[in-house]
Amino acid sequence: MGADTVTKPATRTTAQARRAIPPLLLHLGAAIIALVLVVALTLATDPFTNLRIATVGYYVLALAGLAVLTGMGGQISLGHGAFLFIGAYTVGLLVIHAPSLPIWADLIAAAVAGGIAGLLTGAAAARLHGPYLAGATLALAVGLPAITQRFPDFLGGSNGLSFTVNSEPAGLAVPSTRWQAWLVWLTVLIALVLLANIARGRLGRRMRSVRDDEVAASLAGIHVGRTKIVAFLISAACGGLAGGLQAFLLGTAAPGSFTPALSLSLLAALVLGGIGSLWGALWGALALVYFQAWAEDVSDALQLPTPVANNLPLALYGVILIVITFVAPHGIQGGLRRLGALAHRTRGGNR
Amino acid sequence: MDRFLDLTLNGISSGAVYAALGLSLVIIYRATRVVNFAQPALALVAVYLAYAVNKATGNYWLAFAVALGAGVVMGAVVERVLIRPVQRKSELSAIIVTLGLLLVLQALVGMIWSNEPHAFPYAFDFRGRFSTNDAFAVGLVVVTASALLLLFKVTPIGLKMRASAFRPDVARLLGVRVGLMLTLGWALAAFVGSIAGMIATAPFLYPNVLDGVFVYALTAAVIGGLDNPIGTIIGGFVLGVGLSYVSGYLGPELVTMAALAILVVVLAVRPNGLFGTTIARRV
Repeated sequence: MGADTVTKPATRTTAQARRAIPPLLLHLGAAIIALVLVVALTLATDPFTNLRIATVGYYVLALAGLAVLTGMGGQISLGHGAFLFIGAYTVGLLVIHAPSLPIWADLIAAAVAGGIAGLLTGAAAARLHGPYLAGATLALAVGLPAITQRFPDFLGGSNGLSFTVNSEPAGLAVPSTRWQAWLVWLTVLIALVLLANIARGRLGRRMRSVRDDEVAASLAGIHVGRTKIVAFLISAACGGLAGGLQAFLLGTAAPGSFTPALSLSLLAALVLGGIGSLWGALWGALALVYFQAWAEDVSDALQLPTPVANNLPLALYGVILIVITFVAPHGIQGGLRRLGALAHRTRGGNR
Repeated sequence: MDRFLDLTLNGISSGAVYAALGLSLVIIYRATRVVNFAQPALALVAVYLAYAVNKATGNYWLAFAVALGAGVVMGAVVERVLIRPVQRKSELSAIIVTLGLLLVLQALVGMIWSNEPHAFPYAFDFRGRFSTNDAFAVGLVVVTASALLLLFKVTPIGLKMRASAFRPDVARLLGVRVGLMLTLGWALAAFVGSIAGMIATAPFLYPNVLDGVFVYALTAAVIGGLDNPIGTIIGGFVLGVGLSYVSGYLGPELVTMAALAILVVVLAVRPNGLFGTTIARRV
């Protein structure tokens, strides 16, 4: 007890000071710092790495959306790739058919399209749980990309759409991948500030209570079905926006990029990063992008035969899913948090 | 009218596959309350082993037997090694582990046999309307399903399995080896899954060959209520015929979305499936 009372005041004052700032300002501040870091990082690296940084950006957003749904809301989605698909095709179609629209309008449209799809899925999902929901979302991930074959003229068939996005302001003389990385991260950080606020606010609290105990939540006056639908809406809007950013970045939208394997990899990355927190989305996104890269490097270095090299990332994801569930169910972020708590305690003990 | 008959018969033979794979999901769900998303991968490995045996010996029936045996062994091993430790943790953990296994096995198969399609033989002549092969597939599924239902209903071991699934604690007190029964359930399920894989795969074998079939099988199982074997078998055949009409009259690209639509409509009307039993939620 004695050690506690000695250490407590110091921690309490910082905690109190943090609490005195409204969460929105806190999150905005963090986002601005993050943006500065990203800009600094892109200035220090080559165009190829810039592209990777931008890729990490849209994966962070997709995973953060999934974290809201699965970690906070307790609903599983095996079909999040479908929302990315919708976002990517929204941007692609708008760039091709309405070239006068600015890119931010295209991206907002992608988020809205994803959100509408999420609303529809959520309305069905509100009545489902666990395995039923997993099955329905898996069917969505398998079925939706096949729609492109149905409308080959409009959606480009299995080759998809390709287009060029000219978004860079005329006066700005930076390499295009650098500008793209900035725009992607600006969008992602704005969305993350919103998400972080939702997570801290009343809606986040409701989602968590529905996740932990539906009956208790509804007895406490929370509309369970509506909360689940809103969780799906938010999550799918993030997915749509992430897909839109991918289309903006790559200049293509093709059904081959939105396989069920993508949806499962997203889930794997989130589980690895830590399912319950937005930070987990960052670790997961880094893992998604760099595993792929490392797997390629390793196969090149070891001169693995092509079939082995092609399947290495998927095998890794699978092993990660299993190992993490057994060893560290809270993922990287859970491990970091425990390390932090441990460091805190030992520091307190030394004093 | 001729076309309608063709589509119906096609639907029945593909429905047999959905029914069999759906049945394998239901057996596991009843026993352990886990949906085994790795089921298509287990079946896939079994079929690839059959492919290797058939290529080496040229004996299709030996290959068929190897696939079934491999299924039994894999099902038992997976239950013991992977599922039992996480089963009590949460619904999500079990789903995630089976998904992980799905990715690993698919990747492993791709590493060994490459992602390129291989020619895979039919059991019998597959030409013409409702060929010998179709009759074989439907007959095999009906016989297997009936045998399983009899096993569950009338044999002592079936009774023990049902008891272990329904009230594990009480069953254990009465001397049933609950763990063994769960393992047996997974082995049986993987056995049925291998049958489904063998009749679904021809003419080409590649790592994702069972993905679509699995989605339909899951749909069939959910329509049937996930814990009702008879409902699942009916669901499988109905879905097979229904999707065959969608494919024939509207276009093959819409089949998966149609399955999704059927799933959503059924679940919106009856959240526990058409034949599922509604269990009061515990507070």
